[in-house]
Amino acid sequence: MRIRRAGSLWIVASTAFLAAAPFFLSTYWILILTEILTMSLFAMSFNLLFGYTGLLSFGQAGIFGAGGYLAVLSLLHGPSSLWGAFAAALAGSALISLVIGWFCVRRDEIYFAILTLGFGMMLFTVAHNWRSLTGGSDGLGGFTLPPLDLFVWRGSLADPRHFYFLVLAVALIGAILLYRMVNSPFGLMLRSIRENTQRLSFVGADVRAVRLCAFVVAGTLAGIAGVLFAFFNRIASPEMLHWAFSGKAVLMTILGGSGVLLGPAVGAAIFFVLEHVITAYTTNWMVFLGAILIVLVLAFPRGVLGSLLDLVQRYRGRPRS
Amino acid sequence: MSTPILLQVESLSRSFGKFQALSDVSLEIPRGRLCALIGPNGAGKTTFYNVVSGRYRPTRGRVFFEGRDITGVPPHKLVKLGLLRSFQITNIFPALTVLENVLAPLAVMHGMSFAFWRSLSSQQKLVEEALTILERLGLAGQSHREVSTLAYGDKRLIEIAIVLACRPRLVLLDEPTAGMNPEETERMIRLIHELAAHSEITFFVTEHDMKVVFSVAQTIFVLNQGRLLAQGTPEEIRANPAVRQAYLGGSLDAERA
Repeated sequence: MRIRRAGSLWIVASTAFLAAAPFFLSTYWILILTEILTMSLFAMSFNLLFGYTGLLSFGQAGIFGAGGYLAVLSLLHGPSSLWGAFAAALAGSALISLVIGWFCVRRDEIYFAILTLGFGMMLFTVAHNWRSLTGGSDGLGGFTLPPLDLFVWRGSLADPRHFYFLVLAVALIGAILLYRMVNSPFGLMLRSIRENTQRLSFVGADVRAVRLCAFVVAGTLAGIAGVLFAFFNRIASPEMLHWAFSGKAVLMTILGGSGVLLGPAVGAAIFFVLEHVITAYTTNWMVFLGAILIVLVLAFPRGVLGSLLDLVQRYRGRPRS
Repeated sequence: MSTPILLQVESLSRSFGKFQALSDVSLEIPRGRLCALIGPNGAGKTTFYNVVSGRYRPTRGRVFFEGRDITGVPPHKLVKLGLLRSFQITNIFPALTVLENVLAPLAVMHGMSFAFWRSLSSQQKLVEEALTILERLGLAGQSHREVSTLAYGDKRLIEIAIVLACRPRLVLLDEPTAGMNPEETERMIRLIHELAAHSEITFFVTEHDMKVVFSVAQTIFVLNQGRLLAQGTPEEIRANPAVRQAYLGGSLDAERA
């Protein structure tokens, strides 16, 4: 119980910090925080499949990018409405993940990974080669961000602080959804599938349907994260769909801890902060970033957050509730 | 529906290529009677289990459960009908807690696989049901331990707990004491006795430990080279010359001594 209370204290404190950040941090750091939150949402969606369900998806970036393109397309060709763009991306990425997932959840482990990789590369090629619709390798930009209309308050998203609040709100909603999900009976199904798929199907569970649900939820959240990413950069580009971008989610998740809900968020934070700090000193930042990441992964086998929580638990003994 | 015959197997055969693993096996399991299936290595016990539990299709023959033809019905559908099996190799959810190992099948049974907004720990009914099962197996005190950290004998009990959570009427126990030390074996025998006596569950056990079979079973079926060699009470089986020959006198006498 004490651990729980300490845990929620930490979460309240960090949420308060994130909410107050625009009032004391420089614009530079606000932009970095925006990037961290966007990638956190993306990596957490990936981790629902990877850490909780035991499915390694290399196609997550494909759906992430598709969400970004759909939102931009909706702004370019549809009404100039922020919520319209989000709705288009949400429906589109849910549909795409339903179709891709329907094929992929039939296979386990490396076969699942390869299938998602295949679908991801197909989506990448569509974005890269369908020049008339997507702008090809130049990406798709040239749109104006509509103002944020909250009925009681209207503000321009050109202001980095306003945009930051939008991203924070969306990421928090995503995190709360995921939190409820992993602590529900459905969440137990996901972990049981990760632990022993065959055993769960032998007690009568429809493993494929459960996996498909997880895939659609993860894909939809990834698509929403893609919208934030494309809006932030004012462009949707093919690199967003590339499997190497899925690799970023893998890296952040392993770095922060795949067994913990907020692990990927911690991983994303470490990744971006290191990147920005190191690039200030050297242009060969990749060498140093790589070295530090290697040390971190070796020092924290269950991820930075995962290993820290393990340590706390060992100190205080397991909770008895 | 309460037929006196729970499981009826009619001339069951199964071959793998040219090898006849089971040939023309017919038997009946009455409701509430603790039955056991024995036989020397390679006699076809596991094949028999795999066919009855839906893992393999038979080459010939039929299987009826409570009067319903279940030949070739896949395992997850048999679970819903009330026929379950435990596995020879421990088959549990290693990184989950003891409680979660039981909650998972219970959530499936209660149709809550897709309940994603409710909190699992606030499902009082589910948790209580799980704790009742764990208490019965003497595992309630360890409900928050990760099962991968349990002793081997306790892991086997988790297997049983998962089976019990599915509210079975017939349980096929495949070598429940395999690999156990004498103390754990003793505890498992007591448990099977107690569950058979105080629940609506009928158990059908395969074993190669003769001591277990003769102390547990009311009816024993003997398989040899894929055929049903004999059936009867432990005394009848012990006295049966054909059985004695099949075992070359070895195990049966050893048990007596």
